Amino acid sequence: MADTTDQIPERIPINLVVNGARRTLEIAPWTTLLDALRDRLELTGTKKGCDHGQCGACTVLVDGRRINSCLTLAIMKDGAEITTIEGLAANGALHPLQQAFVDHDAFQCGYCTPGQICSAAGLLAEGRARDADEIRELMSGNLCRCGAYPNIVAAIEQVMGRS
Amino acid sequence: MNNFQYSRASDVADAIRLLAADPSAKLIAGGTNLIDLMKENVERPSRLVDISRLPLRDIEETADGGLRIGALVPNSDLAYHPLIEQRYPLLASAILAGASAQLRNMASVGGNLMQRTRCAYFYDTATPCNKRSPGTGCSALDGLNRNHAILGTSRSCIATNPSDMSVALAALGALVHTAGTTGQRTIALTDFHRLPDDKPHVDTNLGSGEIITAIELPPHGFARNYSYLKVRDRLSYAFALVSVAAALELEGNAIGEARLALGGVAHKPWRNLDAEAALRGQAATPDHFGRAADLLLQGATARSQNGFKIELARRAVVRTLMQAANATPQSQAHKKIA
Ligand SMILES: Cc1cc2nc3c(=O)[nH]c(=O)nc-3n(C[C@H](O)[C@H](O)[C@H](O)COP(=O)(O)OP(=O)(O)OC[C@H]3O[C@@H](n4cnc5c(N)ncnc54)[C@H](O)[C@@H]3O)c2cc1C
Ligand code: SF4
Ligand code: FES
Ligand code: FES
Repeated sequence: MADTTDQIPERIPINLVVNGARRTLEIAPWTTLLDALRDRLELTGTKKGCDHGQCGACTVLVDGRRINSCLTLAIMKDGAEITTIEGLAANGALHPLQQAFVDHDAFQCGYCTPGQICSAAGLLAEGRARDADEIRELMSGNLCRCGAYPNIVAAIEQVMGRS
Repeated sequence: MNNFQYSRASDVADAIRLLAADPSAKLIAGGTNLIDLMKENVERPSRLVDISRLPLRDIEETADGGLRIGALVPNSDLAYHPLIEQRYPLLASAILAGASAQLRNMASVGGNLMQRTRCAYFYDTATPCNKRSPGTGCSALDGLNRNHAILGTSRSCIATNPSDMSVALAALGALVHTAGTTGQRTIALTDFHRLPDDKPHVDTNLGSGEIITAIELPPHGFARNYSYLKVRDRLSYAFALVSVAAALELEGNAIGEARLALGGVAHKPWRNLDAEAALRGQAATPDHFGRAADLLLQGATARSQNGFKIELARRAVVRTLMQAANATPQSQAHKKIA
């Protein structure tokens, strides 16, 4: 990608692989990944809570790692692989975390849930949590205003094969 | 967020050139602090120089047995690196005490050192703030100052530096490597951040057009007797009210070397060599630790709401030194304070 020059650029082409599909879009440099996903790609499963890195509702996986999409510029992720909540189910079956959240009633309003599940997917890939305290600590970047925390931890423990 | 130009730096020299060409350009790495501040219109860069793809991601052993850590190593990768876990667990612990797993995946070492204060007035462009708008005054002096500094303050600013990582780096005696238009230099971590004096808008001694390329850890990691204790309003995902990095070298119960740094209390990680010297040769007892805490907190002053920090810091220092002496470092996951 070329540098932007004198004119303030509003439409710069970038490529993203979103949930396995290659997507090309033209964006302004100040577009966050969250806004690109929601407003441009119409993937509204990823939620905007605080827009400041303080709630985790916008959590997605970039190249397999969980990040806050509200504090990420889309242009900086040109070429990256993005997984959102819409990309977790495979072949018509829910992702084990999605199923576990249903099994454990790990939500109430559901607004934080896509972020919780993407964050939990990142947590499992990292392999650092071994008990409930460590799950709680390493999921602390995802707030739940409905207070479904005990059930969220139980759902993640189920997928970790611990309960 | 303001509109801006965007450039992806091709190498360190390119980043320096782009910065030098435009005084209101800013580097961006993880973006977790800069984008937040841009959304609040606190930072309004004309150009972002994206350094996130530069090859500054290595963790290498140095000739003297220390480690050199590239400026773009993500905070989480650093905390979980086997050499850090084994040889510098104080650093790993401090990093894991900060932010959230997602943010640590994004945040870079260089960006962490450069993160700006969390003073609410600094964020609120409708209020006076000498750090954000030099000469307008400090709203915190007689305002909401519960989270503010008790050491090294000035009439111009009483903000704290929010970094946990820097507190451990100060205790460990880390170095900061930089590159700029006039070449490369090395700055001791303890000289990297500034006190506010009458220029609170200048956080660090990094020059304009200068970029952090790496940090370096000296060989001695204090892996046996260390602890990082962070006291905050909620147990995770919150900035420190007070934090303590403590490291000891013990011969039996006698202290050989001691390192002590405080976070959340000043405009920079707070170290005082007198407090450390007073511990040398002493027995590792609460009394001696209390005396070191008094020395470390000498000159502490409070504003209307943050007086509690002085006693909190004193007790936290004693507790953290006990944890270090007993080789029972504070766990960042299991929250009980040993
Ligand atoms: C909700 C929230 C909670 C947080 N909690 C904590 C906490 O508890 N403890 C804690 O320590 N931190 C905390 N943080 C802060 C976080 O650690 C920092 O935002 C992060 O470390 C910054 O790194 P970055 O790479 O994202 O920096 P960026 O946002 O990319 O950059 C920050 C600044 O550093 C400059 N910069 C970046 N790289 C370089 C370089 N190589 N050379 C020179 N300048 C450079 C940029 O120009 C910019 O001015 C929190 C952040 C958020 C949003
Ligand atoms: S303490 Fe510093 S950052 Fe906060 S209002 Fe005063 S000058 Fe601004
Ligand atoms: S919307 Fe991103 S963390 Fe809240
Ligand atoms: S289910 Fe409502 S915020 Fe979590």
